[in-house]
Amino acid sequence: MARGHHDIGGSERDAGPIDRGEHQLEDWEILADAVNQALGAVGVKRTDELRRAREEMDSELYRSLKYYERWIASMETILIEKKILTKEEIDRKVEEFAKKWGEP
Amino acid sequence: MGRAVRARFKPGDRVLVKMEDRPGHIRTPWYVRGKRGWIERVYGEFRNPESLAYGGDGLPKRPLYLVGFEQSQVWDKYEAAKDKLFIDIYEHWLEPA
Repeated sequence: MARGHHDIGGSERDAGPIDRGEHQLEDWEILADAVNQALGAVGVKRTDELRRAREEMDSELYRSLKYYERWIASMETILIEKKILTKEEIDRKVEEFAKKWGEP
Repeated sequence: MGRAVRARFKPGDRVLVKMEDRPGHIRTPWYVRGKRGWIERVYGEFRNPESLAYGGDGLPKRPLYLVGFEQSQVWDKYEAAKDKLFIDIYEHWLEPA
């Protein structure tokens, strides 16, 4: 049976110890949450769809991404799936920003 | 007036979480599948996330419960005997125990 990369509660092998330290959210993380809220408010996405998109990601990629990076990746997936943006448009914009402000 | 919830279980009923594995978006965590607990509360009926996750309408609505578990029944080597775990679980993941 297959246990998803997201569903690892209690697994010593996959989840490891819990980091109980306090941490401050970075600006990009707050922005990711804001975009998420905005997409929900206009009815573009549902929480269940974003969760599903994260669950269906490549497992190696999923584990390599930070929490909000996974959120961003799942928003991209849903926006592309619903034909609101194309992958090319997103990549082009990312490249523009990288030129303007340097590599993230 | 909302209609009455057609809930199969009531608070206090003993339940077993189905030991199922299938593809798709599932809200029932792996670590409680196949475990025994009890109905703590009936929340009402809600759209099914297993359908909502794929752009579906989530209908028919499914009864959702707050289900209680003894932590010592959920985890091997769990020492604090009185600790309990509460999780939201949809009716189609539960059977009588």
